[in-house]
Amino acid sequence: MEQNFDMNTVDAVLLEYGNEQKNLITVLQSVQAQYRYLPKEILEYIADKMGISLAKIYSVATFYENFSLEAKGKYVIKICDGTACHVRKSIPILEKVRDVLGVSSEKPTTSDMMFTVETVSCLGACGLAPVMTVNDKVYPSMTPEKAVELLERVRKGEEDI
Amino acid sequence: MIKSREELNTYRNVCEKALKEQKMRVLVCAGTGCVAGGSLDIYERLIELCKNMGLDVQVTLEKEIEHEGIGIKKSGCHGFCELGPLVKIEPMGWLYLQVKIEDCEEIAEKTLKNGEKVERLFYHDETGIYEKQFDIPFYKNQTRIVLDECGQIDADSIDEYIAFGGYKALERALFEMTPEQICGEIEDSGLRGRGGGGYPAGRKWIQVLGQKERVRYVVCNGDEGDPGAFMDRSIMEGNPHRMLEGMLIAGIATQAHEGYIYVRAEYPLAVARLRRSIEAAQEAGLLGDNILGTDFSFNIHINQGAGAFVCGEGSALTASIEGERGMPRVKPPRTVESGLFGKPTVLNNVETYANVPLIINNGVTWYRSIGTETSPGTKAFAITGNVKNTGLIEVPMGTTLREVVFDIGGGIKNDQEFKAVQIGGPSGGCLTLGAGQLDLPLDFDSLKKVGAMIGSGGLVVMDEHTCMVEVARFFMNFTQNESCGKCVPCREGTRRMLEILERIVGGTGTLEDIDLLEELAQTVSKTALCGLGKTAANPVLSTLKYFREEYIAHVVDKKCPAGACQALKTFKINPDKCKGCSKCARQCPVGAITGEIKKPYSIDTEKCIKCGACKDACPFGAVEEV
Repeated sequence: MEQNFDMNTVDAVLLEYGNEQKNLITVLQSVQAQYRYLPKEILEYIADKMGISLAKIYSVATFYENFSLEAKGKYVIKICDGTACHVRKSIPILEKVRDVLGVSSEKPTTSDMMFTVETVSCLGACGLAPVMTVNDKVYPSMTPEKAVELLERVRKGEEDI
Repeated sequence: MIKSREELNTYRNVCEKALKEQKMRVLVCAGTGCVAGGSLDIYERLIELCKNMGLDVQVTLEKEIEHEGIGIKKSGCHGFCELGPLVKIEPMGWLYLQVKIEDCEEIAEKTLKNGEKVERLFYHDETGIYEKQFDIPFYKNQTRIVLDECGQIDADSIDEYIAFGGYKALERALFEMTPEQICGEIEDSGLRGRGGGGYPAGRKWIQVLGQKERVRYVVCNGDEGDPGAFMDRSIMEGNPHRMLEGMLIAGIATQAHEGYIYVRAEYPLAVARLRRSIEAAQEAGLLGDNILGTDFSFNIHINQGAGAFVCGEGSALTASIEGERGMPRVKPPRTVESGLFGKPTVLNNVETYANVPLIINNGVTWYRSIGTETSPGTKAFAITGNVKNTGLIEVPMGTTLREVVFDIGGGIKNDQEFKAVQIGGPSGGCLTLGAGQLDLPLDFDSLKKVGAMIGSGGLVVMDEHTCMVEVARFFMNFTQNESCGKCVPCREGTRRMLEILERIVGGTGTLEDIDLLEELAQTVSKTALCGLGKTAANPVLSTLKYFREEYIAHVVDKKCPAGACQALKTFKINPDKCKGCSKCARQCPVGAITGEIKKPYSIDTEKCIKCGACKDACPFGAVEEV
């Protein structure tokens, strides 16, 4: 997928946080917040501007779970599989959601780029287990059925996210 | 901008007065849990209703004008997440639970307008109805000193924090104490790090203060990665200024001028509240250059994590702040000598810093009167899992597990049998009924003796239907995923242990596997580089110690005693219940079910993949798991 990126926005990010190595993670987070992933073209651009090798940037980007080098769907669904959610049966929810959307751990994003399904180790909302989030909005006390209904509402644009 | 101690006191008086003008205060819980339950809509709706009724609503402390009104505010987590959204009414101390948007009109009409209670929203159980928050058994048995203001004050308001006595400890530290005295007081208080290991905080501070290097840093570990833990999140969301004040005092005590807070990216609300709090403190002159007119300057920065559990480890955390891969390094040198950017660094977690202002304000004797001799103070726990009352609690160190699970937690959900508690997350262990550990006091040293640890304070309660081998597999899967890969014992050892556990849970394990697992676990514990690896085997070792017979049942009898492991289940059709409708046979994805219409069907166990589709499909409950 060839895409042109507006490097002015990247310049603005670099201007805001600064060019030093210590700001690399913040810069990457900011880029990812805009594009929902880290496009290779932008990583090359950042390497050049920050004077850090591309290998170094790649090493940091691949170390942290939250960074993605692949484009994600419009809605990122995270199903919590922390201890509390796990003992309150989060896995059947994950399986159901993957099943309904036709995705897997290897291919987490739907072909229409609508949904990406991920697991997360703990969202810290253990009192409401099991929980899932859609683009960071937390949905408490889920069941496989409630999750499917939620997906339908999201797809139809009925959920305020 | 407040420029002196006198000005701060004048300002505090103004805030206190404005607070008193609010004849009623409505605190809508705006912690992550209640927000997910719709509490922000409730907040907006209550304000709207009050305005419609012509009531004087104050959403902030109104310092300029003197007039009575009703304060409606967003507070931090009240702790009783299970029954959220929560709305608290002060000064009556009433707590409304499971409030819905439809309830707002009644609350506005009865309570806010006429000062009457809405009884149906009070907590009630078989023992009665409880109006007041602190009469409810869940709260009554707690000692809330660190979390006291979480849920009592507007989490976003520095004015309220100040009105409640906030930044008084900063005053004392700045104007009445030397750095040595502060360090000494923290050491004498016996405050131990709340993040896991329990290292004395004061000793760390003294070591940093004594370094030759003049540039020092104060770092706050808010990378609460343990699954099942959310104490630090609640403090950051519910009372961020308490933590900032603790960091400021650490700064004075160690003569540092820069502080960093490392927060998990999974806590967006905490990050937002911290950002606003830092800005408010800067505007008030409590952060920045020449604080309160002294020559002490201190700034605090926020760094967001990017999803790596290992960054909770000190040297990995500082590497991550530096913009590197968050990998631990060999120690020594220790963080106090060479931490962030190679400089002496005080590294404590959120809860530890939140304890500091209390100690400075109330003194060592008071602090040591709570908790045990070697573990003074309280500990916040996140109690979750198969327990009736889940939520955030705070108890004195040394409180027994029984008190926590039964008196506060209300016992096991759905009246099942208590089986075990997993404490301390992936680094911790299990405490069990069988080993008589229900009466074990929860403090650093007692837990260490039995192979568990407080960790950051996640308590996951498990009932009789929880398979302990599966729990060990779950944690190993977590640690294996989170292993940074730097040292071989952890990178390879956790993977092999996970494979063995998967075999056992999958029904293909052998007795030799159990021995090998134990040997590997011990080796990894001894040889891994950092805390993550060294403690990775704890869930395995502790379940092996207390539930070895469950492991043996999985490999010898090919049975899961808890009935939880899917692969070890056998599906059978009860011929007495089967009507021969063929629904199950049509649902079976592998064609393992055969039979004649109107006669009992049967399952070929060789072909069966144990997916359970037949059980879900049967309208007569004829498919049974054995």
